[in-house]
Amino acid sequence: MTVGALIADLRCAIGADRVRADPFEMTLYDRDASTMRGSCAAVCLPASTAEVSAVLRTCRSHDWPFVARGSGTGLAGGAVPSGPKPPVVVVTTRMNRVLDVDVDNRLAWVEPGVINLDLSRAVAEHGLFFAPDPSSQQSCSVGGNVANNSGGPHCLLYGVTNAHIAALDVVLADGELVRLGGLDAEPDGLDLRGCFVGSEGTMGIATRICVRLTEKPRSVSTLLADFTDMGNAARAVSAVISAGIVPAALEMMDKTIIGVVEAYVQAGLPTDAEALLLVELDGLQGGVRVESAAVSAVLSGHGARSVRVAADDTERAVWWKARKSAFGAVARIAPNYYLHDCVVPRSVLVDVLGEVNAIARAEGLLVGNVFHAGDGNLHPLIVFDRREPGVEAKVHEAGRRIIEACVRAGGSLSGEHGIGLEKRDAMSLVFTEADMAAQKCLRDAFDPEGRCNPDKVLPSGTAGCGELASVPAGAWI
Amino acid sequence: MTSPLAAFAEEVGGVDAGPVTCRGGGTQWHLGGAASASARKVTAPRGVVGHQPEEMIVRVRAGTTISELHEATSSKGQLVAIEADLPDQATVGGVLACGRSGIRRLGRGPLRDCVLEVTAVSAAGRLVRSGAPLVKNVTGYDLCRLVVGSYGTLAFVAEVVLRCLPTPQTERWFYSRGADPFDVRSRIYRPLSVLWDGEGTWVGLAGYEVDVADQAASVLGGFAEVDGPPPVPAAGTGIRLSLPASELRKLSRAPSASTLPGSGWLAEIGVGVVHCDQAAGDALSAGGFVTTGEPVRPSVALRDLHRRIKDNFDPSGRMNPGRSPLAEPVASGSGPELRNVDEPALRISR
Repeated sequence: MTVGALIADLRCAIGADRVRADPFEMTLYDRDASTMRGSCAAVCLPASTAEVSAVLRTCRSHDWPFVARGSGTGLAGGAVPSGPKPPVVVVTTRMNRVLDVDVDNRLAWVEPGVINLDLSRAVAEHGLFFAPDPSSQQSCSVGGNVANNSGGPHCLLYGVTNAHIAALDVVLADGELVRLGGLDAEPDGLDLRGCFVGSEGTMGIATRICVRLTEKPRSVSTLLADFTDMGNAARAVSAVISAGIVPAALEMMDKTIIGVVEAYVQAGLPTDAEALLLVELDGLQGGVRVESAAVSAVLSGHGARSVRVAADDTERAVWWKARKSAFGAVARIAPNYYLHDCVVPRSVLVDVLGEVNAIARAEGLLVGNVFHAGDGNLHPLIVFDRREPGVEAKVHEAGRRIIEACVRAGGSLSGEHGIGLEKRDAMSLVFTEADMAAQKCLRDAFDPEGRCNPDKVLPSGTAGCGELASVPAGAWI
Repeated sequence: MTSPLAAFAEEVGGVDAGPVTCRGGGTQWHLGGAASASARKVTAPRGVVGHQPEEMIVRVRAGTTISELHEATSSKGQLVAIEADLPDQATVGGVLACGRSGIRRLGRGPLRDCVLEVTAVSAAGRLVRSGAPLVKNVTGYDLCRLVVGSYGTLAFVAEVVLRCLPTPQTERWFYSRGADPFDVRSRIYRPLSVLWDGEGTWVGLAGYEVDVADQAASVLGGFAEVDGPPPVPAAGTGIRLSLPASELRKLSRAPSASTLPGSGWLAEIGVGVVHCDQAAGDALSAGGFVTTGEPVRPSVALRDLHRRIKDNFDPSGRMNPGRSPLAEPVASGSGPELRNVDEPALRISR
């Protein structure tokens, strides 16, 4: 089968205006927000579940792979079309309706292309919000959040996306529609809803998503503490958690980031500080007051030079704007950045941050740190100029060493960005062949023909269940 | 020396070791279909391996009882959101295999959300690990979610790492006969639990003393403080119904505790679970308030998916034969398919 025949059939299936195959247009969809690029056979823009199903049935009849794509804000290459056969990119941006808001049950059905922040805005009048709040929430889609099991600052208290999805209508690779999860408390069968969330588009395409909405807190207190020593700031993070307090968010910024963000947002941040902690507490008034005082004391006790409490929502919004615009603000230093995402136990934050900075120095690179300190989720941000000869190799080498350092410290490859293409080949740092074979059993059950976002998450050559069963027991124990 | 986990894997054995069933405390043994009597019985290793309060995690072997788990974390001011009707007998592995959350789910979230890492023995007799001992992690496919509620039909849980929460300063329970539980639920801020038996409403609040006292005074006017939640009807042997939370409103016309011969029913408001004894289950079913006899039949595509997963993980069908996470056998029959149309799947209800 040729690409031409595939494109012709796709046009028949959902209409010529919904299928793009112009080389220039396709370059817009051959990447995500990472530094990786791929190539695609065609771009489809379906507007309904039926059209997604028609696209996948057409792909099946041509034995062609496909990749789902939301807003393309992913940072691990999960939506980058890749593999020996250039996949069809299925873009969900035209499926952007909030279908239904059920205030009584605190649920909403949405299409996958709905923007994260738009959803929270749509339900705000009912005193509700969608808790996952990635820094890209102004542009990332709920479908993408589901694919990556996205986090965000407030996931420290509220949990990542998986905790906020009740049900999913999913078109499988063969075009069949299946509902995973359900609106009742304990749907029958395996928790395939939970398995699908975070599967990075390798198990099908969710075309209707039932999200759980969260009641807005009645009281919020936001603290900004500045430190002249990074180690003290990191130790203060552990101390807050050890005091039995789980803040709604607990974020850290280092000196490099404070400088660029302040220049960009003018939030009144102390640019001479080595580190800032942004701590948010929410709940009922009494408890928030108790926690705010307790956290303030812990921070001061760990050497905070000052602890400020946001006077009102305006000041709180400015501080959060500073935090969430950090990645854009680094363009003041250099045009390109490589944003990493690793998790380590909170107790080793100090050591790992030191190691990250040492690795960057050894490679002659500038690294900034702005991250979810409360759950040990590091985001080293390497800033560079791609035009500088040889710099990309250094950036990747530093990235590799940062991942290895995190794993050595008892950490994991990704806290919220996913594995995608970026960390696929690092999976063996944290999993045995038997572990990965079990994961492949699950993936293969959803996509037996291997056409759904191929090349992602698991290294090529990962043994399947059948293959592994033939190996003598104990070989990998 | 062989580690307890490796010894457990060896005991389960490979494909040629034949059908095998894993038993915990046996407190929910009646669920998930009848276990094959001829399958060889194994038991998961026991013991709390370590609690790290500063990381908010606890590592525990699957055969540990729920009481032992709670004892290990409570001394350090933390808890794990796992509940069991019979905590001295029920094991961590057994509760996870059955996948049923406790009556504090409204406030603490479902059982499955507390599992961070699973080490399980596969059908090939190998130790397989998924997740990580970290509170946040999206590395690889989430097999933790897969094994919770799988009735041990895919792999046997050997050891888990669970998420801990700080023990709240206080937990208090309040009771009122005649209060509208749905009204209470809509006005009270993030309660731990709201329970209703058709006549009385229990509200559990947890958190800072000042907040709980304030909520009790401002929202729970006609309520009296009680020692704790009511007993769950027919704990351990009862029927459990699962409905969309708002459907529970229909139960306001159903026979309630005092008109039923046994212990009646108890509904989790805001969640949708109804705990009943047999008589209450029959009465609710006969009155058309809920459907208990015929579970909603899963679609063909969903059953196929379950069958492929089972076949991939356990091709010889040796893991817990006789049991199935789907109420209806995976093998045959056909149910109504989801239609490929773009109708909103739910109506607006405010």
